[in-house]
Amino acid sequence: MSSVSEAMPAIPAKPNFSLWLKQIRAIFWLEIEKNFFSRRSILIYLLALLPLLPLTVIAVFQPNTNEFRDFRQLSLTYAFLYNGLILQTVVFFGCAWIFMNLFRGELVDRSLHYYFLSSVRREVLVVGKYISGLVTSILLFTGTTIVSMLLLYLPLFYSESVRFFSGGQGLKHLVTYASITILACVGYGAFFTVVGLFVRNPIIPALVLYGWEWINFLLPPLLKKISVVHYLKSLMPVPMSEGPFAVVAEPTPAWLAIPGLILVTAIVLVISGYRIRKMEISYGSD
Amino acid sequence: MVAENQFITFDNVSKFYGEILGVNRVNLQIAPGITSLVGPNGAGKSTLMNLMTGLLRPTRGSIKVLGIRTDQPEQLFRAVGYCTQFDSFPRGVTGREFITSFLLVHGFNKKRAQELCDVALAHVNLLEAADRKVAAYSKGMRQRIRLAQSIAHEPKVLILDEPLNGLDPMVRAETIALFRKFASEGLHLIISSHILHEVDMMSDRVVLLNNGYIVAEGNIHGVRDEMEEHPMQILIRCDNPSKLAAYVFEHDHVVEARLHEDRRGLFIRTRDADRFYLLLNRVVAEGGINVESIAPVDDDLSAVYQYLIGTTGGSA
Repeated sequence: MSSVSEAMPAIPAKPNFSLWLKQIRAIFWLEIEKNFFSRRSILIYLLALLPLLPLTVIAVFQPNTNEFRDFRQLSLTYAFLYNGLILQTVVFFGCAWIFMNLFRGELVDRSLHYYFLSSVRREVLVVGKYISGLVTSILLFTGTTIVSMLLLYLPLFYSESVRFFSGGQGLKHLVTYASITILACVGYGAFFTVVGLFVRNPIIPALVLYGWEWINFLLPPLLKKISVVHYLKSLMPVPMSEGPFAVVAEPTPAWLAIPGLILVTAIVLVISGYRIRKMEISYGSD
Repeated sequence: MVAENQFITFDNVSKFYGEILGVNRVNLQIAPGITSLVGPNGAGKSTLMNLMTGLLRPTRGSIKVLGIRTDQPEQLFRAVGYCTQFDSFPRGVTGREFITSFLLVHGFNKKRAQELCDVALAHVNLLEAADRKVAAYSKGMRQRIRLAQSIAHEPKVLILDEPLNGLDPMVRAETIALFRKFASEGLHLIISSHILHEVDMMSDRVVLLNNGYIVAEGNIHGVRDEMEEHPMQILIRCDNPSKLAAYVFEHDHVVEARLHEDRRGLFIRTRDADRFYLLLNRVVAEGGINVESIAPVDDDLSAVYQYLIGTTGGSA
């Protein structure tokens, strides 16, 4: 066996960004393969396809109700569908599954130690895994967002929809919804990554957050701000009524909502890095 | 003055799992060569290895591997390879993918990773099976691919938790030869095993553990010599064992002399083996007795293990 210095990339005397990038890339591709092609990914595909099922039924049977007969009503119909089914269900649980499994899944499989036994900073591991989760969730759920919107509009009002999306408000709406989905993946992703690192059974905190996000419309304005969904709803292109019991609060402007969400995400990722630095693995052996 | 970066050093290390003791007050300095950790299940062998590699953090004390702290994986695993006992793998990978993917995580470029992977696979004779899924491997093959993964980045320190488990006798012999080769190249090998005769055969020194404590460490014969409460047993084959018994029994370091069943040998128990051998030389020189052979009966790891830990250890 030759000496280590011949084999290993040079030992960095100071932060070695090019080595970190190389390692992040390696971790990213390993994780992407797992996210898209493992048995666990079947659930994510099913979840991503979930909103397309009722929309396909609507496209085929074209119901005779106002929501679907009036083109101007469709944007409101989609807003409700997006908020209730896509954002607060598919994206939420999809991110929970993807990001909590980044570490928890490998602990269950007893394969996390292979990363821990590589010459890689553990914080770099968090970044590589988080980016892979982010890319996976963004590709799947942004795809769901776009396809479901097109699936609602095009079969019902083809020519109006083509005009709507090519020159009118449609494209703006589409881009805004896709951006909200991306931000949701960023925010929920960071939350579920850190939960997967701290909690042995992450389902409970996930359900607590789910409940908190759902009752957000009932909360007083100050408490509304301690949530992800409040900032995301503030960005919706079509304002929605939240019912007679809703506590009305000023939406947070985009210039504050977006950087705020990204800042909180960065803080959560730093906490994840700190946590993983101290993490031990024994899988209950010895 | 000992150069810190030549040794693996445990400085008063303890590890508790809540209130349960893992290891306690471990002070060790491990030099290059093969060091075997020996002890019954739960003695703390894997805990010691996991502490050495930063998978566990000591509750007290500090550990350095070639001068590197164990909480710096980015530095530590440039020098260390660890083949754990966990028989688990990332899902769906082939043997080759398993090794190259973690070489890429180390920071090697693709070409170099493939070269190192081939070398490691050749070391464990798995080149032919490299492109098969690990899930389809036999237990012995899985053990070998994990060994290949741990040596692929050419570490200076190899930590191997029960590396011979599941290997057939031929592969065991080849693997031990590989370990000896690495040791002769100046590597540190820390190996845990419960197969005492194999440990005896391959180790330069042993660390005996029981209930989380180190009960003995060092060269096995040195350890045995220091066990004064257990006099050394020696079998002397000769033509007149009765006469020899009478002769040696006059000396106070000989505590027992017993005839062999076939009456052509004598078992001696002595507190000072060196003095006994001098005495025997004198007997032979004076010509009264013809000695055919002299063999220590309990100067091996099995005996030391039995005296210190109280069981016979593993033998299969």
